[in-house]
Amino acid sequence: MTQKPKKVDIIFSPYSVAPYQILKDTMKRSKEEVIAELVSSGLRGRGGAGFPTGMKWKFATEQKGSVKYVICNADEGEPGTFKDRKLLMSVPRKVISGMAICAWVTGSTEGFIYLRREYKYLVNDLQKEIDIFKQHSKEVGLNFNLQIFLGAGAYVCGEETALIESMEGKRGEPRNKPPYPIQDGFLGKPTVVNNVETFASASMVCRIGATEYKKFGTADQRGSKLFSISGDSPKEGVFELELGMSVEAFANEFGDGDTKAVQVGGVAGFCVPRKDFAKAIIGDGNTTGGSTMIFNSSRSMYRVLHNYLDFYAEESCGQCTPCRIGCQQLLKGIEAVKKGEKPAEYLDQLLKLSESMRLTSKCGLGQSVTNSFSSIVTNFREEMIF
Amino acid sequence: MADTKELINALSKKHGIERKSLLPILQGIVEKENYLSKDSMLEVAKVLDISAAEVYGTASFFSFLDTKERGQYVVRVCKSMTCDMKGKEEILSTIESVLKIKIGETSQDKKFSLLETNCLGLCEEGPAMIINDDYFVKLTPEKIREIFGRYLRNEI
Ligand code: FES
Repeated sequence: MTQKPKKVDIIFSPYSVAPYQILKDTMKRSKEEVIAELVSSGLRGRGGAGFPTGMKWKFATEQKGSVKYVICNADEGEPGTFKDRKLLMSVPRKVISGMAICAWVTGSTEGFIYLRREYKYLVNDLQKEIDIFKQHSKEVGLNFNLQIFLGAGAYVCGEETALIESMEGKRGEPRNKPPYPIQDGFLGKPTVVNNVETFASASMVCRIGATEYKKFGTADQRGSKLFSISGDSPKEGVFELELGMSVEAFANEFGDGDTKAVQVGGVAGFCVPRKDFAKAIIGDGNTTGGSTMIFNSSRSMYRVLHNYLDFYAEESCGQCTPCRIGCQQLLKGIEAVKKGEKPAEYLDQLLKLSESMRLTSKCGLGQSVTNSFSSIVTNFREEMIF
Repeated sequence: MADTKELINALSKKHGIERKSLLPILQGIVEKENYLSKDSMLEVAKVLDISAAEVYGTASFFSFLDTKERGQYVVRVCKSMTCDMKGKEEILSTIESVLKIKIGETSQDKKFSLLETNCLGLCEEGPAMIINDDYFVKLTPEKIREIFGRYLRNEI
């Protein structure tokens, strides 16, 4: 009997202490102490890359200069993800208080919530929340001017440097790293970019303390994590779960009893077939975005992969050749094999191509195509051919 | 065109004339004119003192900054995986037959444009679509007829 996924109730539960009270209490401590607490909590970025949050803030603190920016990345575009929308709708104050704590710690006076264009209907409510925050920040004496920046529709802008480019009025093409935004971000100034959930979690760490927070999760990934669950599931929605569960436990809890495969980490993540459910773990750095799509046995994995590749071919920013051409060729390639225009062995060539894309693409978009491509082609090869 | 000039003038007053003002200005134009015409992009280039290629290059990068003429209501139907599983094909074909336009087209009276889009972040309630800024979920062919019936009768 596999263990059931452990549900946690921190992020959405009403605080016994109001979010802006946490800000106030936190500001009574020393900045060093707060950073040390975050570092020790083991909290990692919840957007995808999984960089340790405490370290990011620490580096930002060490940057010289009087102008620094804090940006909340709400450009949630990974197919199958909707937890940031839920957070902004139901607990915006936890997110904003996390941003405010970050601004205070790093000495930033300007902040933006970069909201994806698809979520424009959230702007009014969010603006009201920002106005409420303004009163609180005045009260605690924090000089932090927070605004909404509306995106214009591009998946790749979820990548932090592409996001910054777009805010500067340019095409959302990722930059070379280093320099990192922490050193050279928005308008060339030090900039902390964190995901919506990361800010909410940071504020949570400040409330319950690192020791409490560390009790959740595995040695690798601390704390709880929001999962967006969709597909063949009777329980679709956003769930806060402890990291480190097996896909089997997950499928037993959220599947419809006939689960054939689980896509962990969105299109950029891995497709886990039933035979691997027991050994695959959700939480070992493979799922920070939290998108999980469940497929039952009625689903054609060719159709799934075709859908993903169509997405990639469209969203590739076109800047680097491996990703731009690679995405198109993978899509054409699987179509050709399916139609019998190419032999089945052609799939092996495509696998090599996806591996080259992983090695040579400029940003995470092109580098991650191989994750779902190779996991689907290898595990469901017959479905690609017949 | 005089209107467009005025609009761009007002937008540049509000958002500034720096490079970083470009996206908000373009968004403001789309909000009023449904798309970015050649004239409007040339005018923005002039006001911001950058080349028109820069303006077009930026605009064409983003899916919500249309450089093709669009109708008053732009319908964007999600085509990503979860919505696909939940029957977005049927939704699309219903919309096509109700509005009598195909994907990528604009109705003759310039009232509707129909587009497909990637994940709208409404997957748990798919199939989903947005019309301009409003979202619609758990779509069924009946619901589609009902929603567009309201738009066609100008009840929205
Ligand atoms: S897949 Fe359609 S909203 Fe996410």
